[in-house]
Amino acid sequence: MRRAALWIAIAFAMGGVTLAYGIDPTFIDDPALEARYLELTHELRCMQCQNESIADSPVGLASDLRREVRTMVLAGKTDEDVRNYMVSRYGEFILFRPRFSARNAWLWLAPPLFLLIGLIVAVRVVRQRGKLAGSDPDVLNDDGLA
Amino acid sequence: MLPELGHFALILALLLAGLQAFFGIAGAHLRRDRWLAAVAPAVAGQFVMVATAVACLVTAFVSHDFSVRYVAENSNSALPLFYRVTALWGAHEGSLLLWIFLLAGWTLAVAAGTARLPARFSARVLGVLGVVSFGFLLFTLATSNPFLRLIPAAPDGRDLNPILQDPALAIHPPILYTGYVGFAVAFAFACAAMLEGRLDQAWARWTRPWTTSAWAFLTVGIALGSWWAYYELGWGGFWFWDPVENASFMPWLVGTALVHSLAVTDKRGLFKSWTLLLAILTFSLSLLGTFLVRSGVLVSVHSFAADPMRGIFILAFLVVMIGGSLALYAWRAPLLRSSAGFELGARESFLLFNNILLVIAAAIVFGGTMAPLIADALGLPTLSVGTPYFNPTFLMPVLPLLALLPVGLHAKWKKGRLRESERAIGVTLAVALVLSLAVSFGVFAQAKVLTLVGLTLGPWIILSSLLDPLDRWRRKLSVPRAVLGMAIAHIGVGLFVIGITVVQSFTEEHDVALARGEAASVGGYEFRFGGVAQMEGPNYDGVRGSVVVTRHATALGTLYPEKRRYWVQGTVTTEAAIQMNRATNLLIALGDDLGAGRWSVRIQVRPLISLVWLAALVMAIGGAVAGSDRRYHLAARSAAAAAAEGAKEAAG
Amino acid sequence: MNRFALPLALFALLVVVLAISIRHSPDKSLIVSPLVGRAAPGFALPSLTDAQHRVRSEDLRGRWYLLNVWGTWCVECRAEHAMLVDVAHSGVIPIIGLDWKDEDDRALEWLAQLGNPYQAVALDHDGRTAIDWGVYGAPETFLVNAQGVVVYKLVGPLTRESWTREFLPRLPRPAGVGF
Repeated sequence: MRRAALWIAIAFAMGGVTLAYGIDPTFIDDPALEARYLELTHELRCMQCQNESIADSPVGLASDLRREVRTMVLAGKTDEDVRNYMVSRYGEFILFRPRFSARNAWLWLAPPLFLLIGLIVAVRVVRQRGKLAGSDPDVLNDDGLA
Repeated sequence: MLPELGHFALILALLLAGLQAFFGIAGAHLRRDRWLAAVAPAVAGQFVMVATAVACLVTAFVSHDFSVRYVAENSNSALPLFYRVTALWGAHEGSLLLWIFLLAGWTLAVAAGTARLPARFSARVLGVLGVVSFGFLLFTLATSNPFLRLIPAAPDGRDLNPILQDPALAIHPPILYTGYVGFAVAFAFACAAMLEGRLDQAWARWTRPWTTSAWAFLTVGIALGSWWAYYELGWGGFWFWDPVENASFMPWLVGTALVHSLAVTDKRGLFKSWTLLLAILTFSLSLLGTFLVRSGVLVSVHSFAADPMRGIFILAFLVVMIGGSLALYAWRAPLLRSSAGFELGARESFLLFNNILLVIAAAIVFGGTMAPLIADALGLPTLSVGTPYFNPTFLMPVLPLLALLPVGLHAKWKKGRLRESERAIGVTLAVALVLSLAVSFGVFAQAKVLTLVGLTLGPWIILSSLLDPLDRWRRKLSVPRAVLGMAIAHIGVGLFVIGITVVQSFTEEHDVALARGEAASVGGYEFRFGGVAQMEGPNYDGVRGSVVVTRHATALGTLYPEKRRYWVQGTVTTEAAIQMNRATNLLIALGDDLGAGRWSVRIQVRPLISLVWLAALVMAIGGAVAGSDRRYHLAARSAAAAAAEGAKEAAG
Repeated sequence: MNRFALPLALFALLVVVLAISIRHSPDKSLIVSPLVGRAAPGFALPSLTDAQHRVRSEDLRGRWYLLNVWGTWCVECRAEHAMLVDVAHSGVIPIIGLDWKDEDDRALEWLAQLGNPYQAVALDHDGRTAIDWGVYGAPETFLVNAQGVVVYKLVGPLTRESWTREFLPRLPRPAGVGF
């Protein structure tokens, strides 16, 4: 509880405004760079906020991090450079898109695995019910209710 | 005095819930029919007690009784009357009370609605609902009592959280909870069937209208939450894959599967154990959502409501409710067998795919939401899972789901005779494809693959949904509400797909710095900044900017984005100004004062975003229409007649 | 095994995960810094108290020090300040302040009023150095060893409890009782 109170206090101290949000005059002339900038800032977590990206956060640190992203993008750094820069300082926690690594593999492999299991189940049920289709008593409740 | 009365009423309600649970379940089990007679009065009494408690708390809010801690923490003498009432569910304790109140209301409706069903079955349903209510009441009284006094009383309250001082968010919780709680009814029906060890097609027919209504409420509740996030949180997003949002979305996905699986169980007596499992899962996910939101384990660095005691209590409750029902399931489900069959391409097969894909979608959301906890349990470093993970993975099951829908709509029960509908399927697809190309290249002059796919799927689904009702109408057949409701709900799905595709593909967004008199041009619109002025509201002050919007040299109006500072909590909120122009939402939000009259401004042009919420509303209307089909009620009546008949035979 | 028992088994697993997360939940906010165990980032910043000199990380090589991130806008920093002064008086370890995105006048006033526990205060006006150190909320305190490697990071105010429990045992030699 004390820690929660502390965090609220920090949030207040840092931003003062917790619900307004960050807008910088970040217009980058090159549309391709601007697009990358927007994408990257939406992928990075505001460490002080509740589930907000640095693109949307009003706190000072988020604005500083946006400035770093902008500087790096303008300096010709790749997206991966920017991510590495952030991860080396703040850890994997800052990435809203977890990297595919040995530790996180389960997270990325789960969806295709679910689909595979679903496919196997579907095939089995359809086969099994298909065999019964010819012989079963007709128990259709046909009164037009969809 | 009144708060103590409310507290006392809650204690009485707890006792009555206990009686309701005991007499309902034990009475049916031991076949003591006289015990069953006590169930309905307990239900009514519990409702009266909970309503009394709610009335006491509302009175405390309205009359500014700051000697009640909950009121002091969530209200203020400057708070308008409307928000003093809705502040009831502005924080943890009151939302629980609202949950309990809605559950008591649903239970009362169930007691009335199942009066015609076999007495023991009805008693079991009410008994299970009594267990749920008992758990929530105990939780409230033990850890989250809203009636605790503050001595000495506070001179004034700390105010309702300013972001909750909004009409949409004021009504969002009651509607959302009505959905959650409605799934408790489906859960209770499932548990009653398992306790009885018998599940027939009639069971599915009784359960369907309750489930469909709950689903419709949940749909509206989620849409309202999303709408609120769009205009109040300020930065123009409408879905953040936030744990709190996911907590409501998971029961919706599984509940949607349940609505479809019930159709198969009703029509063909198939998927019985699967339907039971879905009914259990839907409600379990509602409970789990409550746990995740209320215990604070998922809220990352800001553990606002982190109270380990509450977490432990809810976990124990989950073990009893979910664990108990799943154990019952493991024991009873093997008894349920069906010998019915169907061919590939029959309607059953499509509903099977629908169910599998929806459950996979829910599993993906579940995995992503729980990932930080799972990593923690495995001793791995903390990680974040957000939109860049959810968007692509969620599409994996959902794209095939949407593609199968327009085909499945043509399928017949039992026989896989899709060839007969080949032409209808082909023609609707061709029309949709042409529309998609025309919109992408004609209106927006660009398209990505996903844009084309989405813009084809949407119209295809809508056209296919229209065919059956139109066909019935042309042949001068009646169009039953169930058929009509289904068509409306599916049209809602199609509209939703179109809306989300256009929004995701064609939104333009820029943050710019503007001085008074300067203009920025975004998405073909020109935005001229007219500076800011000071302003004052009932319990806040702030600044209001003015921005004149023009398109092709035609003035479209002036927008007034605000930044408010609420006096009591000192919170600053951004009130974005939104204007709709030909189905396109223009959003302007004020950022920071950059000095020398310059302000940073976010400008966002989002075409068709309103369609996303409108589509959700259409889906919900479809659910309401289908759920109100009179034949469900006739089915209940004939069940009562059959039961009476059976009793007569047994007596004779 | 009865396949209908599978959901129950999965649920049991879920309960284990949830139980662990409840047990850990008070510490949720402690995100392990990737900096721990690695070389402290270098910096050369203007000094608050001495306009002639810069505070450089190289000059700190060869001895242990604390780097305390603070600012006059930070409520919790005021709460921990007395503790910092106590630590400075004990002479166990020098404290370097990193004044994060602050105004110099107010910072000087703060030190004049509450006492100055810092051997030197580096001014991080634009917040770049704080980013290099992975700072996300003041106050934060880093323990750096003689080789310039970060040994420990504390997020939140320094208290007597965290000092005796987390910092003292990590220091090279036992540093007196009571502190």
